[in-house]
Amino acid sequence: MSVLAYGVAAWLLFVGLWGIVQSRNLVHLVICLAVVQAATYVLLVAIGYRAGAVAPVFAGVRLGTVAVDPVVQALCLTDVVVGTTVTALLLALVVQIHKRTGSLDPDRLRDLGE
Amino acid sequence: MTRRTRLRLFLVSAAVLAVVVIAGFGKLPVFGHPGPTLGAVLNTLSVPQRHITDVVTAVNFTYRGVDTLAEEFIFFAAVTAVVLLLAPGNDEQADHASDAATGRWVPQTSDAVRVLALALVGPTILFGLYIVAHGHLTPGGGFQGGVVLATGVLLVYLAGEYTHLHGLYPDTVVEGIELGGASAFVVIGLIGLAVGGTFLATWGPLGRIGQVNSAGNVPLLNLSVGAEIGAGFVLLLSAFLRQTIVLRRHPPTRHGLGSS
Amino acid sequence: MNVLLGTALVLVAAAGTVVVVLRDPLRQALAVSMFGILLGILFFAVQAPDVALSEIVVGAVALPLMILLALAKIRGGAQ
Repeated sequence: MSVLAYGVAAWLLFVGLWGIVQSRNLVHLVICLAVVQAATYVLLVAIGYRAGAVAPVFAGVRLGTVAVDPVVQALCLTDVVVGTTVTALLLALVVQIHKRTGSLDPDRLRDLGE
Repeated sequence: MTRRTRLRLFLVSAAVLAVVVIAGFGKLPVFGHPGPTLGAVLNTLSVPQRHITDVVTAVNFTYRGVDTLAEEFIFFAAVTAVVLLLAPGNDEQADHASDAATGRWVPQTSDAVRVLALALVGPTILFGLYIVAHGHLTPGGGFQGGVVLATGVLLVYLAGEYTHLHGLYPDTVVEGIELGGASAFVVIGLIGLAVGGTFLATWGPLGRIGQVNSAGNVPLLNLSVGAEIGAGFVLLLSAFLRQTIVLRRHPPTRHGLGSS
Repeated sequence: MNVLLGTALVLVAAAGTVVVVLRDPLRQALAVSMFGILLGILFFAVQAPDVALSEIVVGAVALPLMILLALAKIRGGAQ
């Protein structure tokens, strides 16, 4: 199970990186970056997991019940929202690049200066 | 550097990274048995100390509140950057007037979509407010609830009423809400500094566990974060929408959003 | 419980691979939406409801919408 959980995080990381490196379309590249970000979420949440424990919410749950780690969940939570905003920033950049140069091919982005 | 060189270079560095990652992952605790952690301590402390039943919110807004402040400002900066990047250029003009005129083809939304979307705006915004307000009791909080609020605003666009979107939520008001949310967080933290001695110290009545008006200043922090995230996402989507629907290069083209 | 967790992990890995392998950004937008929902299910299985809520709201709604809007702008301007 350890191998599966951490292996999925590593797999997502490398698959996303490979997608970025050999991409021919800038929008495809940005979406592969989102997959790499998902790899970090999976790793963080997997580190905090405790077998047989409940979620760290004690509304109606008896105090003292063993719960999973809340600190890594707090990190992940803000990370998800802010990560999407950075992806939006990258998409805005892609839109502007397309307006200025007319192409979406990363290999063609040689000189951006005019 | 040609494409093939780049791919070969990537394969080499990916192999090195794979070795490092596997070595590092080997030292991680077994999945499901992390051993003693700070989180286990916080699980026992959060309810008696702060009267917060959702420990993740407690970590986000009291124990590690400064990190949330930094994340908020990253979000603020990213939204500002997107709005600046997608501002109308010199060679684009707004086609507001021709939306009402007959010269431009606008895709018609079906009546079923319009009715459903408009009917869902109210419940969605109410649900978003519920998630924001109960962030310290059940899973939720400012971040999740803020995005749900922005989704509620977005349903107006989905119903085909984009021009009304701008009338209902003018940019200055939405930007004011976002600014208000970000500054309210800092002001609440400064009040904590004045009252409790440290920035973002918990002040206010702790109240009874399980009630909405408990946990001191955490509901206020949730509200400010929810306002900022919601307004920020509305600004983001508005900037993209304006680029897609309204702005056209000279001369205006016939194609609308639904064409492919 | 372990079966659910294992299945969720395998599905997330498969969905991530599908997102990268697809070439057309339009199809990728829908694949990313599915990926977000599967991630949300995984987070529920690992007892992280806050993160799951965040991921579902953002990954299934906001992210595909922004991708589609960027694509519409790019295609609209390419005429």
